[in-house]
Amino acid sequence: MRLAPAFAASSPRRRRLRSPGARALLFCAPALVIYSTFMVWPLLQSLRFALLDDAGDWVGLDNFDKLFGDPLWSERFWRALRQNMQFFLFHCLVQNPVGLTLAALLTVQRLRGANVYRTLIFVPTTLSVVIVGFAWRLILSPLWGIVHTPLLGRTSTALPTLSLISVWQWIGIPMIFFYATLISIPKELIDASRVDGASAWRTFWRVSFPLVLPMFGVITIVTYIANMNAFDLVFTVQGVQAGPAYSTDLLGTLFYRSAYGSVQGGGDRAMGATVASATFAVILVGLLLFFLVWRRRVRTYQL
Amino acid sequence: MVHTDVHVVRRRARRVGARAAVHAVLIGYSLLAVGPALLVVANSFKERQAIFDSPFSLPTPSTWDTSGYETVFDEASFPTYFRNSLMVTLLSVLGVIVVSAMAAHALSEFDFRGRGLLRIYLLAGIMVPIRLATVGLVELFGSLEMINTLWALILVYIAMGIPLGIFILSQFFAQVPTELKQAARVDGAGEWRVFAVTLPLVRPGLGAVAVFTMLPVFNDLWFPLVLAPGESTRTMTLGAQQFLGQFETNWNAMLAALSLAIVPVLVLYVLFSRQFLRGLTEGAIK
Repeated sequence: MRLAPAFAASSPRRRRLRSPGARALLFCAPALVIYSTFMVWPLLQSLRFALLDDAGDWVGLDNFDKLFGDPLWSERFWRALRQNMQFFLFHCLVQNPVGLTLAALLTVQRLRGANVYRTLIFVPTTLSVVIVGFAWRLILSPLWGIVHTPLLGRTSTALPTLSLISVWQWIGIPMIFFYATLISIPKELIDASRVDGASAWRTFWRVSFPLVLPMFGVITIVTYIANMNAFDLVFTVQGVQAGPAYSTDLLGTLFYRSAYGSVQGGGDRAMGATVASATFAVILVGLLLFFLVWRRRVRTYQL
Repeated sequence: MVHTDVHVVRRRARRVGARAAVHAVLIGYSLLAVGPALLVVANSFKERQAIFDSPFSLPTPSTWDTSGYETVFDEASFPTYFRNSLMVTLLSVLGVIVVSAMAAHALSEFDFRGRGLLRIYLLAGIMVPIRLATVGLVELFGSLEMINTLWALILVYIAMGIPLGIFILSQFFAQVPTELKQAARVDGAGEWRVFAVTLPLVRPGLGAVAVFTMLPVFNDLWFPLVLAPGESTRTMTLGAQQFLGQFETNWNAMLAALSLAIVPVLVLYVLFSRQFLRGLTEGAIK
């Protein structure tokens, strides 16, 4: 009986919270506030700054006119985009076959030491790009003499070399994605194929591979987004000028120079925001292609 | 009879050969993966001449030299950088886990109008790299007078981790049996209590989110560079980058600084690699 007043007092509040919408909002509030304030809002602001001049006055599409119309700017932008696409292509061509091979080998049944291999192969992925970049810069430096050709110093080899360093570092991610998919395939499926007389090789291509195929799309789009944002490696190994002769310039380094300048000075908010907006558009095009083309074509199997 | 025996032996031999080939490929790739780190650490203890003369030999008493480490400790405050990194990483991971778990619980538990839209809004961030918002972030933190604070980094990293965190955790929360939550409610538990009861059941998910958040935060160069480049707020990654840029001709110092950045991460990774890779694997198939 003594509890009655307290119970009565709390009941209106309880009733208000019983609405699922109110409860959900309460639980989502922290995530919503932080995400909206520190990600969505600054992103929209960045897109808006691309339509203003550096003093903050509305100029419409003038900045984009400059980016695509001014010979100096457009040359830089298209070069960065082209080289970024090459960078991405290199990743796709090397990381998918290598990552899948490693994952397939790691899932060989009753393989001794599989955990040790997996741990070691993943080591570069845990290190910072800065560390990896500097380590490779020393190793590839003709000064040290392990490699005699200045791979990073020639315009023809610098970008492929950087791409391979990047693949070397990130191979753990596609590998673990393929690995996770491979170990999730029910053992009965594999056994059934083997009992029917198929070789391990044939079983892999006819049973496992079709089940892994959707993963290629996921890995490719994740790589695409990451590559279009790549900055750290070029900045660390080749500097903000993305040398030699801008041959390793990517959208990320161009963005940094446009917004924050370089040794030659310069850099302003308006052009920085403009390059960022153009990069955003490049990423959106990739996402659209992924969802409209790849996702419609490739069949996903429910296991 | 003899015929089948030969067959069995031949098949077994082939299988042993295949196993050996598998091991050879994996050993080869493992060496390629860890070789550069070993090369850097081994040479960091050698005198300059020995570094260039015989890069692949281990340090010997006659080539032993730790002057690189002395330069690093004199010229850079790596303990401060490391503390900054640790603080930023821990608070960011903790923030992402708490905030995403609450949101994921709500999205999978309550049925309300606009749930689909809210989910799309929160998950859209997976596809959009937060670096594109840099110009806006600099502006925002400038007006909040938070440039050169660790909190600026932490808030950005939490915002960055929320979409993927909610995505992974939603899959785990969806698997919590409804009966359990209903039983808790019948027993008079409030919504917070119900949430607390489900948490232990999604522990693998929390681990996966921690793993996915940790590395990009600890290893990030971009945001420390533009939001907190000051000496006292410098993170390990930025500190190493600045130091290495400054001492470009001092190979001993560079190798020592690289080793100091590699070894703690490597030790932590090897200690927790089992949990770490399990988290990654579980997050990957979700």
